[in-house]
Amino acid sequence: MNILYHIGRYFEFLSHVFGRPERSSLYGRRVLEEIDQLGVKSLGIVALLSVFMGAVITIQTASNIDAAWIPRYVVGFTARQSVILEFSPTIISLILAGKVGSNIAAEVGTMRVKEQIDALDIMGVNSASYLILPKVIAAMLINPFLIVISMFLSIFGGWTVSALTGVVAPNDYIQGLQWDFDPFTVTYALIKTVVFAFVITSVAAYHGYHTKGGALEVGRSSTTAVVFSSVVILIANYLLTQLLLI
Amino acid sequence: MIEVIGLSKRFGNAQVLTDITATFAKGVVNQVIGKSGSGKSVLAKCIVGLHRPDAGRVLYDGRPFHELDLGEKRVIRQEIGMLFQSSALFDSMTVLDNVMFPLRMFAGMTAAEMVKRARFCLERVNIVGKDALYPAELSGGMQKRVGIARAIAMNPKYLFCDEPNSGLDPQTSILIDELIKEITEEYGTTTIVITHDMNSVIETGQNILFLHTGRCWWTGDRKALLASENEELRAFVFASELMRQARRGLLGQV
Repeated sequence: MNILYHIGRYFEFLSHVFGRPERSSLYGRRVLEEIDQLGVKSLGIVALLSVFMGAVITIQTASNIDAAWIPRYVVGFTARQSVILEFSPTIISLILAGKVGSNIAAEVGTMRVKEQIDALDIMGVNSASYLILPKVIAAMLINPFLIVISMFLSIFGGWTVSALTGVVAPNDYIQGLQWDFDPFTVTYALIKTVVFAFVITSVAAYHGYHTKGGALEVGRSSTTAVVFSSVVILIANYLLTQLLLI
Repeated sequence: MIEVIGLSKRFGNAQVLTDITATFAKGVVNQVIGKSGSGKSVLAKCIVGLHRPDAGRVLYDGRPFHELDLGEKRVIRQEIGMLFQSSALFDSMTVLDNVMFPLRMFAGMTAAEMVKRARFCLERVNIVGKDALYPAELSGGMQKRVGIARAIAMNPKYLFCDEPNSGLDPQTSILIDELIKEITEEYGTTTIVITHDMNSVIETGQNILFLHTGRCWWTGDRKALLASENEELRAFVFASELMRQARRGLLGQV
């Protein structure tokens, strides 16, 4: 029953988020601020994770494919497919659910307990729309760029490790990257990314917006937001894969 | 003028407000007093529309707030200014941006006009030269004053103040009381102050509503308060020996 209550309240919350804004001209600036806050400031962690993720995938694939009849370029092919299909869109989105999601829940939750959301409501401002919609739009716009950068850096990480350690010849790695490439895999990854961006921002904002109490509850909302958005991302990942790839 | 008629509110099994009927006059500071948990804040939240009452009506100059559609409610909300107990200033905005916020959202002014109006409101509450500071850089008293400046930025017809003196030293507390009284008389607002500060009530009380166990227990002005024989009211207002002595002294003057 509790989960049904949350689902119902989440969709009611979304109806307010997408309700009519008071001054839509103000939203453009807010979206740009949020792009900086949620996207640009996440670039460092995304880049670092991606380079090492690509390197590790390459080493693990190479060390597990040692049969003579399997061509070495399969290492590059496997690294590319793993990165594009799953690691960049899903793992990076899970990382962002932790970083960005907890940030949103804490920020909105603090505004709630410090009565700043009540202040907006009393002024006649649609607080859900004013506070949350720019975050949702910003994440849906900037996350695909982050994921594309992540894909590039992961593949670059794999190439670097192949060049430095010789676990696979760089030429074989590059041949594998180009072998049997289907551009739809990138489209699929970007569709997933946009859906995950929506999930991260809206679920985190939902938990922050409905915070009651004080600092302790803000912390709890932040944790719950990360847990819930991660679970929803995993479920959505399964459903989208079933829908788009099968 | 704000009229509350037969207002009741319950949360789960707890009946917080029962059949409250009161009139809050224009141009005077109306004070709502009562013990913690007596329902003062819930009453204020029902009046401003943050809570929907289970029964009863709230009339803003005859307009039944809870029966209006969203657009009509927004019109009334733009006529409301509210000072929160915590000031509720937006942390990410400077002092000037905080005061300009309602103007940006609703006033349809040019940037220069908004700055001029915001600076006027800040000067009105004696905050000068602090435009670029953030709320965290201000003292509690200054935050309250910026909160008042934001509340009056749109020339509100109705002003709500939730415990405006809480956490303030006695001198600042008196300044805030005087400021609220001046603004109320100058602009003819209907002002409702939720307060625990009995000094403020005895000093400035013009129309006092005493809530007890979620009911409207007593109403009157400061003179009637001093002379009242209502047991619960006297136990609440004159709880300390100092207040009882003050009462005896003031009754001698009345």
